[in-house]
Amino acid sequence: MKIGLFIPCFIDAFFPEAGIATLQLLERFDLNVVYPTDQTCCGQPMANSGFETDASGAEALFVRNFEGFDYIVGPSGSCVHHIRHHFTAVEQTPAVREIRSRSYELVEFLHDILEVDAFPWARFPHKVGLHNSCGTLRGLRHANASELREPHFSKPESLLRKVEGLELVTASRPDECCGFGGLFSVVNESVSAKMGSDKVRDFAQAKADYIVSADSSCLMHQHGCAERDTVAIKFIHIAQILNGAVA
Amino acid sequence: MTRGKEGDRPDNAKPEPQPRGASHKGNRPIDQAEAAERFLAAPRHQQQHDTRLWTLRQRRDDQMWAMPEWEEMRSLASAIKEHTLSHLDTYLEMFEANATANGVVVHWVKDAAEHNAIVLDLLQRRGAKTLIKSKSMLTEECGLRADLAKAGVEVVETDLGERIQQLDDEDPSHVVVPAVHKLRTDVAKVFAATIGSDPDNHDPPYLAGAQRDATRPLILNAEAGMTGANFLVAETGAVVVCTNEGNADLCANIPRLHIVSVGIEKLVPRTEDLAIFVRMLSRSALGSPITQYTSHFRGPRQGGEMHVVLVDNGRSERLGMPEFWTSLKCIRCGACMNTCPVYRRSGGLSYGATYSGPIGLIIDPSFNARKYSNLPFASTLNGSCTNVCPVKINIHEQIYAWRKVLVRQHETPFVKRAAMKAAGALFARPAMYRAAVERTNDALANLPRFVIYNGMNAWGKNREMPRPPAETFHQWYARNRGGRR
Repeated sequence: MKIGLFIPCFIDAFFPEAGIATLQLLERFDLNVVYPTDQTCCGQPMANSGFETDASGAEALFVRNFEGFDYIVGPSGSCVHHIRHHFTAVEQTPAVREIRSRSYELVEFLHDILEVDAFPWARFPHKVGLHNSCGTLRGLRHANASELREPHFSKPESLLRKVEGLELVTASRPDECCGFGGLFSVVNESVSAKMGSDKVRDFAQAKADYIVSADSSCLMHQHGCAERDTVAIKFIHIAQILNGAVA
Repeated sequence: MTRGKEGDRPDNAKPEPQPRGASHKGNRPIDQAEAAERFLAAPRHQQQHDTRLWTLRQRRDDQMWAMPEWEEMRSLASAIKEHTLSHLDTYLEMFEANATANGVVVHWVKDAAEHNAIVLDLLQRRGAKTLIKSKSMLTEECGLRADLAKAGVEVVETDLGERIQQLDDEDPSHVVVPAVHKLRTDVAKVFAATIGSDPDNHDPPYLAGAQRDATRPLILNAEAGMTGANFLVAETGAVVVCTNEGNADLCANIPRLHIVSVGIEKLVPRTEDLAIFVRMLSRSALGSPITQYTSHFRGPRQGGEMHVVLVDNGRSERLGMPEFWTSLKCIRCGACMNTCPVYRRSGGLSYGATYSGPIGLIIDPSFNARKYSNLPFASTLNGSCTNVCPVKINIHEQIYAWRKVLVRQHETPFVKRAAMKAAGALFARPAMYRAAVERTNDALANLPRFVIYNGMNAWGKNREMPRPPAETFHQWYARNRGGRR
């Protein structure tokens, strides 16, 4: 199985450890993982801000980089959500449609495609609060949303439960957005930061040692709020835990 | 930073002035972010606001879990509304014919000015100088009170929250709970200044009683009454109004003249359709199974007159917008506001528009794209609004679509346009991009310029920056997996 490894721009620049863990984790399953070195960005920052035409160059480049893979896997729910649901700045050729449907966020790839049933190399004896980004929760449907009358399910939770020693704790408003929102985080700075602070406090009162997520952008924002508010809580990408990170 | 545990504790804390809403500068874009910042700077107000509305959201969830057919009901409600909207001409005429047969006079108006003129004309022809009314977002939309005041008509709002807002000369901040942004002490201050109650007594029953004593004589002596409508039933010509205070019934029944102002999207075809909507409305809005009063007005009271004013005011135009027409399904329950994390932390008045919160973001720009051009950006696109909507409006997708429309129409700031163009160009060129990232070890100094354009200062105001790693993923890959392409 030939996998195209999609490392979003901000993970490349700020959170290489999440990218490395994703690569190493996928390699554990004997997959042929290729990192196309010319990749930049999926186009989401421009498109989410309404500037769809300005996203066309990035999207066209993404298509050139990721043509011909069985699956494209990336450790970022919001970027994969963009590719699957909003990647319309380029002409919708059969190749583009193919790429969009073969793009997976790491958690759903492990859960739905590889159907991984054990992570014997992983041990994480800590209290962990799971933050589902809105892109993964309501966009990619990683888990049931609290607003809908539907049975409980959670793909990231079911993966984390396979990690030895890990204890999940629940925030009082588990589905509340943390307020990152891309450009929103700077244009609507005060509301964004307040949402982030509230989120971090909610996890802290649930006694979480770590906040884990499939989205480094949410974590970057919450981390910034926690540091400023001097809330003692740590942040980690889910790929790192599943790959056997030692804290 | 310490934030109060409970917002409304006037006895053991210094008074906190009530934060006011967005400032209006003619047609210039409303700065929602600025007004929200001032709301956040009043932590007791913000905290109470967030807690109250979150409580409504939780009660709504409880109602949802108590009703196994909830999701089916949402689908039915949506389907009935979509059917009605796509046959609106037929149902409007059916309503007119049936209402007329019931002895109601039906008026058709195209915009706010025409609406206010026809209401004034109805009042003046009967020499009415006082009008009592129940809550109606449509009359807010039309600016009715101001127009009537100019013509010397005294208008008295009879919904408690709406009355508070009227006496404070503020717009409603929420479609269901218009004064939810105020503390009890704010209300005591307003009442003390306007109806002469005790400024130091902020006990809610006392305040409600004082307001009732002051308003009841005005109600009993009013020469005309006005209500809005939650639903119009086409097959019977009935007007349905849901309230918790019974005030609409006073407005409809005490004066000789009852005027109903209603938007043309409020139609449902049949009485039995109400079995869906009445069950969904209050559950979604307040988490209560039903409103205290659900009144069906089918004709004038004995010896009286009943007029229904059917208002378009941009609705037909919106009905013709492929991406936005389903926003007309809205039944004004406010569930999207209660769940919205941005709204709860901004206050409804920060939007500077009749409709605030998520539904406002997608309705307001259709009234004035320039003035409300910032609103669709006051969202994280988290989608909770869409999930709670009882008529399944894809609110967050319409917010996303409005952004594209506003950018196309150049209703976005120049600096943002330039930054996005530059970012788009850089992301399209891998070599340039790579050079930009790796030119310096300090990725922090570089990357955010195009990832989050020129907003570094804004990011850092209340948050720490991410620290740049020793090497990027790209560099690590080259070092560890190089040549294995």
